[in-house]
Amino acid sequence: MGESMKTKQQQAYQQLANQSAPPRPVVRNVVCAFIVGGSICLIGQLFWSFLMSRGISPKQTAAMVSGFIALLGAVLTAIGVYDELGRFGGMGAALPVSGFANSIVSAALEFKREGMILGMASKMFVIAGPVIVYGLATAFIVSLIQYAIGAVVK
Amino acid sequence: MTAVPKRMGNQTVGFSQPPRILSVATVAGPREGAGPMGSLLDLVVEDTLVGCKTWEQAEASMLESAVNLCLKKANMSSDKVQFLIAGDLLNQIVSSSYMARQVGIPFIGIYGACSTVSEGIALAAMIIDGGFADYVLVATSSHHNTAERQYRYPTEFGNQRPPTAQWTVTGAAAILLTSQVKSGPMVTSATVGKVLDMGIKDPNDMGSAMAPAAADTIHRHLTDTGRRPQDYNAILTGDLGMVGKKIAGELLRKSGLDLDGILDDCGLKIYSGSQDPHSGASGCACSGLVLGCSLWPQLASGSLRRVLLVATGALHSPLSVQQGESIPSVAHAVCLEG
Repeated sequence: MGESMKTKQQQAYQQLANQSAPPRPVVRNVVCAFIVGGSICLIGQLFWSFLMSRGISPKQTAAMVSGFIALLGAVLTAIGVYDELGRFGGMGAALPVSGFANSIVSAALEFKREGMILGMASKMFVIAGPVIVYGLATAFIVSLIQYAIGAVVK
Repeated sequence: MTAVPKRMGNQTVGFSQPPRILSVATVAGPREGAGPMGSLLDLVVEDTLVGCKTWEQAEASMLESAVNLCLKKANMSSDKVQFLIAGDLLNQIVSSSYMARQVGIPFIGIYGACSTVSEGIALAAMIIDGGFADYVLVATSSHHNTAERQYRYPTEFGNQRPPTAQWTVTGAAAILLTSQVKSGPMVTSATVGKVLDMGIKDPNDMGSAMAPAAADTIHRHLTDTGRRPQDYNAILTGDLGMVGKKIAGELLRKSGLDLDGILDDCGLKIYSGSQDPHSGASGCACSGLVLGCSLWPQLASGSLRRVLLVATGALHSPLSVQQGESIPSVAHAVCLEG
């Protein structure tokens, strides 16, 4: 069988497979993501308002709220709740910083059995690693651009 | 009985003295225990760690329990069994090797992903009918958590699964075949499948990846044996799930075979809809549990006369998927008669 003939057959099959795949429940997913993501943000907002009412500076408050939500994500992962939250809420659970914590803690828990160094520590950032790498790289490029614009304007 | 030719057509072998399945043992986790076949399982473990330190140890221990139960049910000692054929999903089939380390039967390790049950039964039947053994054990296992961490994400990672995704069965099955009894369900023929790849790359859609292999093997088996689908009480694929079963039915219809009411899938029998398995169950244990809980007892009692078990395997690795390779698949069929 020629290579092009085979590709054609594969294309025809992939079309059939696409037709047979159940549609993703987009509306349901969006609503669930809103409920979960919204609830996490609401908790963050309540904590924010509480700290501000105590006279803590906005800059410090921002850092403390991020830290609190990350801690919440880590604790909910450790007690086996966050995976259920993610299954239900999808991106609503993944996007807040609690989801970032979940990706690190879940990996740490999973690979703990292969040892503290070659297991837990080396595999901890297996999911979060790319976010950190590309986040830092992007931040570096953006700050270079900002610096260049600043120099020109001056 | 008229002599059956050893070779039928291009891909099928017939057994002149069909080996009998003496006993089948099934072990599974709590989620499977709560499913529609829960009450039919031989042993349901309450904890998916089964008191072990790691998921991998737990899987090997469940497989060992299945082997021991299978021998016990047949009232056999392990030193009478000449070969143990086993395989699983983990790298280097470690569950099977660690189980084999404990039971001390000469070991043939195989890898066919979720097609392992029928691959193993086909090999065992060939060995027995060839006169190389009187008793052969076939065993296979899968574990949701070992599979998740190897193929996908950490088990506590909160990701959303697409509707095409399947849930890996936590369980193990062992099957004892023999030439030494004259009654009971027997293996009359086997069709070894070719590896097919229709270019599906999504490891969350293995039903679509495996459906062409299943359809091809079923078509091949029917052609080689000169039978019609109606000659079977049921033709059961391994773990195509809802998505793959639909496609396999469609592919067979296109090649002129109508399997309506005959084609079914083991992946749809393990969990109920309320257990949210998405497209269905998967894993080596999936078709093993259905064989032990449903097919074997029904063949033994005579309520099923002839069934074709077509376990299906997706032969990719996490590495091959990351490197952009598509998913090669295989399906092996064994014809079981009461």
